Amino acid sequence: MTDPIAIAERGLARRTALRRLWSALGPFLVLIGVCAVLALVVGEPFLAPNNLRNILVQTVIVAAGALGMTMIIVAGGIDLSSGSAIALTSVCAALALKDEHGPIAAIAAAIAAGATVGAVNGAAIAWLRLPPFIVTLGMLGVARGLAKALADEQAVNFAPTWLDLLMRPIPRAADPAWIKALAVAPGVWLIAVLAAAMILLMRRSVFGRHLYAIGSNEAAARLCGIRIERTKLELYALAGAFFGCAGLLMTARLRQGDPTTAMGLELDIIAAVVIGGASLAGGVGSITGSLIGALIMAVLRNGSQQLGWPNYMQEIIIGAVIVVAVALDRLRQGRSRG
Amino acid sequence: MTGIAKRFGATAALVGVDLELAPGEVHALIGENGAGKSTLMKVLAGVHAPDAGAMALDGAPYAPRGPGDARARGIAMIHQELMLCPHLDVAENIALGAEPARAGIVRVGARRALARAALDQLGVDIPLDAPVGALSPASRQLVEIARALSWGPRVLVMDEPTSSLTAREVDRLFTAVRRLAAGGVAVVSISHILEECRALCRRFTVLRDGATVAGGELATVDDAALIAAMVGRPVTDIYPRSPRTPGVAALALRGVSGADKPRAVDLVVHHGEVVGLFGLVGAGRTELARAVFGLDRMRAGRVAIGAAEDSGAAPHRRWAQGVGLVSEDRKGEGLALGLAIADNLCLTRLGAHATAGCISDRRLDAATTALMRRLDVRASGPTQAVGELSGGNQQKVAVARLLHHGAGILILDEPCRGIDVGAKAVIYALIDELARAGAAILLISSYIPELLGVCDRIAVMRRGTLDAARTVGEWDERSLLSAAIR
Repeated sequence: MTDPIAIAERGLARRTALRRLWSALGPFLVLIGVCAVLALVVGEPFLAPNNLRNILVQTVIVAAGALGMTMIIVAGGIDLSSGSAIALTSVCAALALKDEHGPIAAIAAAIAAGATVGAVNGAAIAWLRLPPFIVTLGMLGVARGLAKALADEQAVNFAPTWLDLLMRPIPRAADPAWIKALAVAPGVWLIAVLAAAMILLMRRSVFGRHLYAIGSNEAAARLCGIRIERTKLELYALAGAFFGCAGLLMTARLRQGDPTTAMGLELDIIAAVVIGGASLAGGVGSITGSLIGALIMAVLRNGSQQLGWPNYMQEIIIGAVIVVAVALDRLRQGRSRG
Repeated sequence: MTGIAKRFGATAALVGVDLELAPGEVHALIGENGAGKSTLMKVLAGVHAPDAGAMALDGAPYAPRGPGDARARGIAMIHQELMLCPHLDVAENIALGAEPARAGIVRVGARRALARAALDQLGVDIPLDAPVGALSPASRQLVEIARALSWGPRVLVMDEPTSSLTAREVDRLFTAVRRLAAGGVAVVSISHILEECRALCRRFTVLRDGATVAGGELATVDDAALIAAMVGRPVTDIYPRSPRTPGVAALALRGVSGADKPRAVDLVVHHGEVVGLFGLVGAGRTELARAVFGLDRMRAGRVAIGAAEDSGAAPHRRWAQGVGLVSEDRKGEGLALGLAIADNLCLTRLGAHATAGCISDRRLDAATTALMRRLDVRASGPTQAVGELSGGNQQKVAVARLLHHGAGILILDEPCRGIDVGAKAVIYALIDELARAGAAILLISSYIPELLGVCDRIAVMRRGTLDAARTVGEWDERSLLSAAIR
């Protein structure tokens, strides 16, 4: 094309595409930076294949939650009840295993429990028009209480099944050959597949685009005929299913259903999504970014342990990184806008 | 104020305004929507710096550095939208930002005394402990005025102070304002309700297209002369009008009523026809559009679209019926500013670009680019965020959404307000093209030349009710304005 306007348009389009790439790159660069520092300071033990496998396994529970939370935050909401939901779904799965209904029933129980909790949240937010913060703050207590009631206030134990293999980071000699071949724990693969599906859902499906529209401007979305109430119900229920998935992984890791587990985990999940570039005001965020956010937190925890730092140091560092990562993101966004 | 001029980008908001206020007078500033009244007052209140011209206050040159400086010099402004904190009580609101305090602790007694003094000056009695949110609109207006008074102003500007008040509340407000003027304050009242201007003010200034076109004593002019001064403008020919043949009824409203406005509105829009809806701000035109489109609840009435009839339906039903709406509130409701042009433009029908539930970005961008070319949207490409575009280009995107949807019935609420002439011309040409092709268009506008230039029939809305539409030939600028003000 020799049309000068077309050439100018192409140049500008390339600049926009570059900016888009850069926005996905931000959290990734933070991850690379953190890894580089740890590789230098800790050295060999940090880079050992078994340690890297460990990090991935330590990431998956938060990552599973982040898949659901990203949808919610992109649509302008928040879910404070996800930690409690993970405990509740974990107890449900453990009870199914304890009563010897088998792993398939346990999976179904966890997912269904998570989706139900989410659907209740979504219905209250959509039709009672209550703020998500309030609704899920209430559910934080309700779901935790339900978990304790179902578990009779103690951990639910069960006989080993193949579900336990989900979170086994390093294959043992006794493991089946297919587990050894896949190198990392099957739970990591599960989350990778789910994440790929979610990337497609968020980027390519009508539902996903509607989430961005609702988060960006709910009034405009309504004007455009998006059925806000129904979409919110579906959104929270689907996110709840992901929290159920996280609960399942938690059950596999602990090898029991503990109603007091995952206390405060919702904040880790929210932090992962926010470090990943999402805006709590809605309309911005990506699955890829949130996964990187979850990885950053897991790497920091792992690094601190490798360095033998006490627990409080980890907490201080991770707290600071959340704020610094988001501040960097704001700076970058501000510059690209100006 | 002499020779005040102000430009915003390519738009000249003020081109040379003269205004003189005497202490103790209530002065009426009159003009159509968009004539520059509010801009002029913002220059006075230090919100905008003028590009040209000079101001003097009590004989000394006056050039405020900002709103705070203007306030310190004795200029107080009461905005159309009230700036009050509804949860705080009356005394707290009046003292807001100037709380009497000792060592950082608010002196509650002094605050009450300050609030009481300001309310006494107005001659009104409002309980100091009442939360402002619980007061009537008139009382809130009075609280806002009292706050301005507590700063000891020389000049008080009121922008459309009566737009949300009942007749009795207006009386109460006017009594207070007269009392104030008697105390030596110069008051500017912006309004386009002529009978209220006559009741309150002695002198007037008329603005049109950012310039002073008339002024003097209200007693010496009649309404007809004032209206002529407000609208006397040649209708420039950016309004194409090809021969149209109205067909069958596309949209028929019978007795449509909303929560407050509209009230029992009947209206028919045919295929191949542009029907204009004129009225003052607050007459209920937007509320009518929202009720029909399902954005607000319909209290009563029936809406017939083609052969289907209902008593109100949600927006997604309306889009499915081929009805599209462009909101008057482009930033608040019309567009998701953070999203790409393509997402905004195709939002109502994203599924059309999907195969097995998977949207093709290529097809989405291609459809968007085609419409951007058709409406001459200036942007870097379909993925640019809408918020980065100029107002005119944003509005083109909002209108292009209806084209993309293939809407046959278009409700356009102030589609050309606040946008540049080039973008206006594009939208007028599009309206004409669509009407010729058989679309039914309902155009809500406060700009009379636009309505006269574009519409086939025009109906006037007043306080929630709608008069029967008459063909455009039966209207002129004067009769439209008097029908809206009557």
